[in-house]
Amino acid sequence: MQEAKLKAEHVHTVFTRDGKTTPVLEDISLEVADGEFVCLLGPSGCGKSTLLSTMAGFLSPTSGEIRIDGEVVRGPDPRRIFVFQERGVFPWLTVEGNIAFGLFHLTAAERKQRVTHYIRMVGLEGFEKAYPPALSGGMKQRLEVARALAVNPDMLFLDEPFGALDSITRLVMRAELLRIWEAERKTIIFVTHDIDEAVQLADRVVVMSARPATVQQIVKIDIPHPRDISSARYLQLRDGIFQQIGLAHKI
Amino acid sequence: MSKGLMVRLRPIALVAGLLLLWQFAVTRNPIHLLPTPWEVVRGIGDLLEHGLLLKYIVASLFRITWGFILAVVLAVPLGLVIGWNRRADMAFNPLIQILRPISPLAWIPIAILWFGVGDLAAIFLIFLGCFFPLLLTAMNAVRSIPSVYINAGRNFGLGTAALVSRVLFPAVIPQLIIGMRITLGVGWLVVVAAEMIAVSSGLGFLIVDARNAGNRYDLVVAGMVIIGLIGLLLDLGMRSLEQVKSLRWSYSED
Repeated sequence: MQEAKLKAEHVHTVFTRDGKTTPVLEDISLEVADGEFVCLLGPSGCGKSTLLSTMAGFLSPTSGEIRIDGEVVRGPDPRRIFVFQERGVFPWLTVEGNIAFGLFHLTAAERKQRVTHYIRMVGLEGFEKAYPPALSGGMKQRLEVARALAVNPDMLFLDEPFGALDSITRLVMRAELLRIWEAERKTIIFVTHDIDEAVQLADRVVVMSARPATVQQIVKIDIPHPRDISSARYLQLRDGIFQQIGLAHKI
Repeated sequence: MSKGLMVRLRPIALVAGLLLLWQFAVTRNPIHLLPTPWEVVRGIGDLLEHGLLLKYIVASLFRITWGFILAVVLAVPLGLVIGWNRRADMAFNPLIQILRPISPLAWIPIAILWFGVGDLAAIFLIFLGCFFPLLLTAMNAVRSIPSVYINAGRNFGLGTAALVSRVLFPAVIPQLIIGMRITLGVGWLVVVAAEMIAVSSGLGFLIVDARNAGNRYDLVVAGMVIIGLIGLLLDLGMRSLEQVKSLRWSYSED
């Protein structure tokens, strides 16, 4: 097997508030291959977003370390972009301005060309001069993905990016994300609490336990894209994860 | 008549109604408690004729401009730094909270002691009146920036200077503008008070002078009316800043 793109080694995180300590991540070890699409799946508040923020360099683990390309992560880096829900777009910049935000080291001509390319890729033509408050939730989400892709990162961290969208837009966005991933082959780590979303998107689903989060199981989704969500294998994998999470009896 | 015009005429109709009521009430009352609106208009005419009105308005505007701009230039950067830096906040906050409740008018004796009777004393008082509201606005504006903006800025590799100019500053501008608008109103209140004591020109001086020099209450009320009208214009001017398109996000966010 090739050298892992990202390697988490015995990551522990403890939050301290008002003198009380809460363990959030407990001994997380995980490898993600270059170009892989991995979903971190777990119930709300289990610590999966904390793990993602730690991988992105916004938080430091209490012990253990995250390595990317063999280097220990010490802070955020433009080679790895974090996509917040649509809340992350800058409301004081236009669509163009947002996409160009990370391109300050390029010449004006290159910048223009990149911006045009990614506006087309995410289907925001005609909205170049619009400000985010004039866009719908799905458009803001696509804008944030475009802003992330424009700096040509090798990794994307997505934190429940489609959580705030309506169910139809969410389906469209998943298909878009897969299309972009297949075209650009970035390594993607995607946090979600939605089992179907995880099984539809990921190469592997990392099932996490309730807080403090541990890796409960890693499920390989061996169905080629585009995935038939009524196929026997899909349902089998999905139900297996349901059982893992311990929700089966409630639904 | 169109409905839009009717709506726009409503405040004018209200003012006209109140003026009529005022005229009626004063003429019916044998003891003169107020000049009539017409006497006030004639008073404004008198002032114009003697070239005093324009002179006093310019004097007052001159003072508020300097006092307000000085306060903006000093309070906003200082407030941004204090709001951003937790240690600076812990160091400065108690001092700010002690100085803030002291009315700028309480500083009048000291202002005169330091600067004598004149423009500088008045400007100093206006500066004090504007400084603390602006400082607090800037501090709160920085603290309320959503952390996603800061994290996104850092993620794209911005250094401290770029983070301040490209994320911090645009993120606080709308709140700063609202704070500046309110503060300019406060400053205008202080102008009048400061001019009553610390100088011998301006709209505040006009009011005390009109009373002292022969109980010219028509001029007193004329001064009040002018002060109100200029206050309205200042507020409209600041409000027009809120219409700038790249700033409008914070007011229209659903």
